[in-house]
Amino acid sequence: MTAVRCVDLCKTYHQGEEKIKALDHVTIDIVEGGFVCLSAPSGGGKTTLLNTIGGLDKPDSGEVYIAGRRIDNLRKGELAELRLRNIGFVFQAFNLIPVLTARENVEFVMQVQGVAAAERGEQALEILQEVGLAGLEDRLPADMSGGQQQRVAVARAIVSHPALVLADEPTANLDSKTADGLMELFCELNERHKTTFIIATHDKRVMSYAKRLIRMLDGRIVDDIEQNAT
Amino acid sequence: MNLVFRLAWRNLWRHSKRTWLTTGAMIFSNVLLIFMIGLQFGMYDLMIDNTLQTLTGHVQIQAPGYKDDQKMRQSVADVAGLASSLRTELGSDRVAARGAAFALVSSEDRSYGIAVLGVEPEYEGNVSTIPGLIKEGRFVNGPDAAEIVIGAALARNLRIGLGQELTLLGSGRDGSFAAAVVTVVGIFDSGVADFDRSFAEIPLRFFQDMFYMDGAGHQVVLTATAIDDVPELQRRVAELLPAGEELVVHDWDALQPGLKQAIRADMSSAFFMYGILVILVAFSVLNTQLMSVLERTHEFGIVLALGLTPGRLGRLVLLETAIMGMLGLLIGALLGAILTAYLGVNGFAYPGMEELAAKFNLPARFFPELTLPTLLAGPLVVFGFTILSALYPALRLHRLHPVEAMRAV
Repeated sequence: MTAVRCVDLCKTYHQGEEKIKALDHVTIDIVEGGFVCLSAPSGGGKTTLLNTIGGLDKPDSGEVYIAGRRIDNLRKGELAELRLRNIGFVFQAFNLIPVLTARENVEFVMQVQGVAAAERGEQALEILQEVGLAGLEDRLPADMSGGQQQRVAVARAIVSHPALVLADEPTANLDSKTADGLMELFCELNERHKTTFIIATHDKRVMSYAKRLIRMLDGRIVDDIEQNAT
Repeated sequence: MNLVFRLAWRNLWRHSKRTWLTTGAMIFSNVLLIFMIGLQFGMYDLMIDNTLQTLTGHVQIQAPGYKDDQKMRQSVADVAGLASSLRTELGSDRVAARGAAFALVSSEDRSYGIAVLGVEPEYEGNVSTIPGLIKEGRFVNGPDAAEIVIGAALARNLRIGLGQELTLLGSGRDGSFAAAVVTVVGIFDSGVADFDRSFAEIPLRFFQDMFYMDGAGHQVVLTATAIDDVPELQRRVAELLPAGEELVVHDWDALQPGLKQAIRADMSSAFFMYGILVILVAFSVLNTQLMSVLERTHEFGIVLALGLTPGRLGRLVLLETAIMGMLGLLIGALLGAILTAYLGVNGFAYPGMEELAAKFNLPARFFPELTLPTLLAGPLVVFGFTILSALYPALRLHRLHPVEAMRAV
């Protein structure tokens, strides 16, 4: 079953007089449980594609489907609901809420989803344990290392078991050991929960974990390789 | 504690100095509003009391039509007897009979037209401050003594002093010529020049003899112990009126319609000033919340990306403002209540007020009034405007685009 389907996506940005084609007739299908890396040099279109798949950005033309549902024509509120229920995000800069503890950051998404307090407390503790943060639940982001913060961000992204996780340069601010640890965690979650991962990166080590590697250049897909197939 | 409330609370204290400054503005304005509104209403009570205690009283019994057309013939028969029976029935000495006329008053070489009031000397002091305003001599003393008290300005105009005689000329109730010679026994100074140059009081029985009133008068004046008791007093007096006599009972509002108008005018200008204060506070809140929203643009982008709707984000900003407003309301109301209650009991005066008050027979201190409306009206309006002022920053979030917001530093 297809988790993500993009059909002939085009997106152009205007910088003064200059037109930058961020997506140039991009068409891809990603199956459920896929582990895909989008690789491109800076400005190659990978973040735009990721944002478009996540409903954060709208294409100028083309269609986007998530689990068979077309999303490029949805309204703001519907897109927010879609992201809340179906998609987990991991960002380059961790982006935790600074005044909430690790556990509260994880709980926050569930609270918005309407999960009961007792249940979300339990789930948050479980997932924090799963990402290796047992004992650090009550720390504020400022009191955690970059790797720990990124693990909280991952826990927040996967706590409600979304079908799709989108990660934009998730290892960019991490040392190599922590980056490897994070990628192993992604792989484990992908294996265990069959969660589909799409990771935008230009880090070769991250790409080596992917089952499928899509290379982009100037908004176009130039290479699409299956690798590490299980 | 609810997670969203916790988030709002902690967000507030990210910049504790800024939050305290804004909350401090609310607290200050709430204390000021509670005190000023309390003082204002306390002053109105004082203003009503002082105006009514000079002459009008709280309630008057008159002949029908006398209030609007003060003719000698429109009189109350046996006015002293009626006042006496009311004193007995009501168990109160705050009842006095009066007669009123216009007369020409002459000294040796000067004459002026004045209003002459016939009063019961032993009871007039219970319903009027005039006896207390005597600065020279004494008040009229005996029910039928040929004595008069006049205002200081009239004494100056007539070039007359204590113990000297004046001639009164007027028209009696039956239209006949009324004349008498009276001795000046007292000179009062109310501080109102117009009043002091055109008004005099003589004993009621002497008045009745001079103006051929045949025991009649024009008013029975009553005062209640407090302004709030006036409707009850008016109702009881109406019940006690002698059967078969056409008399009416007016309250102070009917007798002095200008008083409430003056209060309303004063309230309008005062509330205009309060409005400016509230708007200044609202702008301070708007500034704080707008800054707070702008500096969290990146963070808001993240939570929008995670699936929070702009509406829920807006409600978070409103909740933060409501918490801040509630802090301002509670602390402001508490401090305002303590201050107003203290001054309500002990009163306060500004420099020179005591001399002024002594001169005009007024209370020497102001007493602000603390009631539920004076306590809550100001702070609730401040709270309402605080929430209103956060609407713009909250609504601004609807225009936020997650991707652009996340790019903000």
